[in-house]
Amino acid sequence: MSSAVVSPIPKAHPTVRDPWLFRIGLITMASAFLLLFVVIPVWTVFHEALAKGVGTYFAAFQDSAGRSAIGLTLLVAAIAVPCNLIFGLCASWAIAKFQFPGKSLLVTFIDLPFAVSPVVSGLIYVLLFGSRGWFGPLLSAWNVQIIFAVPGIVLATIFVTFPFVARELITIMQAQGSEEEQAALSLGASGWQTFWRITLPKAKWGLLYGVILCNARAMGEFGAVSVVSGHIRGLTNTIPLHVEILYNEYNFVAAFAMASLLTLLALLTLVIKSFLEWRMRAAPTATELPSFG
Amino acid sequence: MSWRALQLWYQRKILPGFGLTLGITLAYLSLIVLIPLSATFLRASALGWDGIVHALTSPRVVASFELSFSISLYAALINALLGTILGWVLIRYDFPGRRIVDAIVDLPFALPTAVAGIALTAIYAGNGLIGQPLAALTGLKVAYTPLGILIALIFVGLPFVVRTVQPVLEDLEVEYEEAAASLGASRLQTIRRVVLPQILPAILTGFALAFARAVGEYGSVVFISGNMPMKTEIVPLLIITKLEQYDYAGATAIAALMLVISFVLLFGINALQRWSHHIRVAT
Repeated sequence: MSSAVVSPIPKAHPTVRDPWLFRIGLITMASAFLLLFVVIPVWTVFHEALAKGVGTYFAAFQDSAGRSAIGLTLLVAAIAVPCNLIFGLCASWAIAKFQFPGKSLLVTFIDLPFAVSPVVSGLIYVLLFGSRGWFGPLLSAWNVQIIFAVPGIVLATIFVTFPFVARELITIMQAQGSEEEQAALSLGASGWQTFWRITLPKAKWGLLYGVILCNARAMGEFGAVSVVSGHIRGLTNTIPLHVEILYNEYNFVAAFAMASLLTLLALLTLVIKSFLEWRMRAAPTATELPSFG
Repeated sequence: MSWRALQLWYQRKILPGFGLTLGITLAYLSLIVLIPLSATFLRASALGWDGIVHALTSPRVVASFELSFSISLYAALINALLGTILGWVLIRYDFPGRRIVDAIVDLPFALPTAVAGIALTAIYAGNGLIGQPLAALTGLKVAYTPLGILIALIFVGLPFVVRTVQPVLEDLEVEYEEAAASLGASRLQTIRRVVLPQILPAILTGFALAFARAVGEYGSVVFISGNMPMKTEIVPLLIITKLEQYDYAGATAIAALMLVISFVLLFGINALQRWSHHIRVAT
């Protein structure tokens, strides 16, 4: 995912300007495409959720199964995102600041989860920890349940959101180099001080960028979680899984009401993302050194 | 040893934490990603060559692969065409609302797939906003047909081509186009002979990314596809069906093949990106 920010269009020479009919045609085509595939679906979510009035809409959140789905989604994100954040910080420090054999292979491996189908991402854990999986007999002997329980959902979520923070931080820290870190160390700062006062402030916008994308995916993941959850109402249903259950029960208002929460999260994520892209582009190339005091 | 390598070697001496961070990285990567993925291949290999071939050649499995790959291909082609137009419009033309249009391109990345799935189904169902007039005017049914799968896969692949083409278009030197124009080329000739060759690697990268995503996509498709075996059953859904029937062998064989295909696509995409970068640096 590259971060593209629209920059002002330079005034082009008349010879390379497209004819106005051509321009209008392409703009119309592009807008119609987005209207059809993005704007109308988002509008539909709110339209369907409010189809029977505001009262029915809010009543959908009074349901105890709905509330526990919201709680589970928050819990899963609260575990998965910090895990991947710590991993991202470690991976980017090792990869961006040091040279070692096999580095590009390691970067490719970190990207692997993005290439795997969500369903397969869930399946790999079923094959390990499910009742017929490798560790199935061992786990049942210990009375530990991973699949069709919360740990499986957390594992699958960690897998699908694995690369988000790491790849963002690796790119940023590689671009920033480590001259300032070396200066701090030569002036007597400890490794931790250097990290907290130099590296982290320099990478903070990129870090936040990775975290909000990771969080959006963690809260919205459906396929991988669907395979490992077992769909136990009130126990192992996240918001997306609860949406599916309500929808299949023809309870459309409640389904779209739950879906509207996730849609609001998506819209909020896009707003923060645009803000962070603007910040990262606006950031001066030479970062201001924080005062040691 | 080159000067740069020497510098980095020296850096390793003074920057601390290499062993700790690399250790955590490798341990976490192995536990979460590498071991589970290898375990899947080991489970598949335990089926034996005959077992794998048997599981993968049943008519239902073959039909789902044909469906998934053909519709993903169409969706990625449509995304390549419309995504390039969208990228061009956003980089080259000024019009009101351009920034908002640019921001909403990312919505399919941010919107959970299940939400997209139920919204698209509601729109294209027989009584839906678009489904109803479409059926009345043309008799065309979208929801619960392969056409519905196509719509869902276009949705999830939409941002890829736009986001790979945009930065390349932005870096393009307008001087080349001016030179072509001043030498007598028409605007269309310039676009075809000067602009297109430079952005082609980026279009192909975006196309491959959209295709890879479409092949594995599940959430947005299952609601709109109707899930009829042999007709509208995609590969990821068939894996889930096999799991629910406790056909672990069948599910594992399909999953292993999907993983191989994903990895081939990933390496192809990496090669395309290097090529694209090479062309950008060269020009």
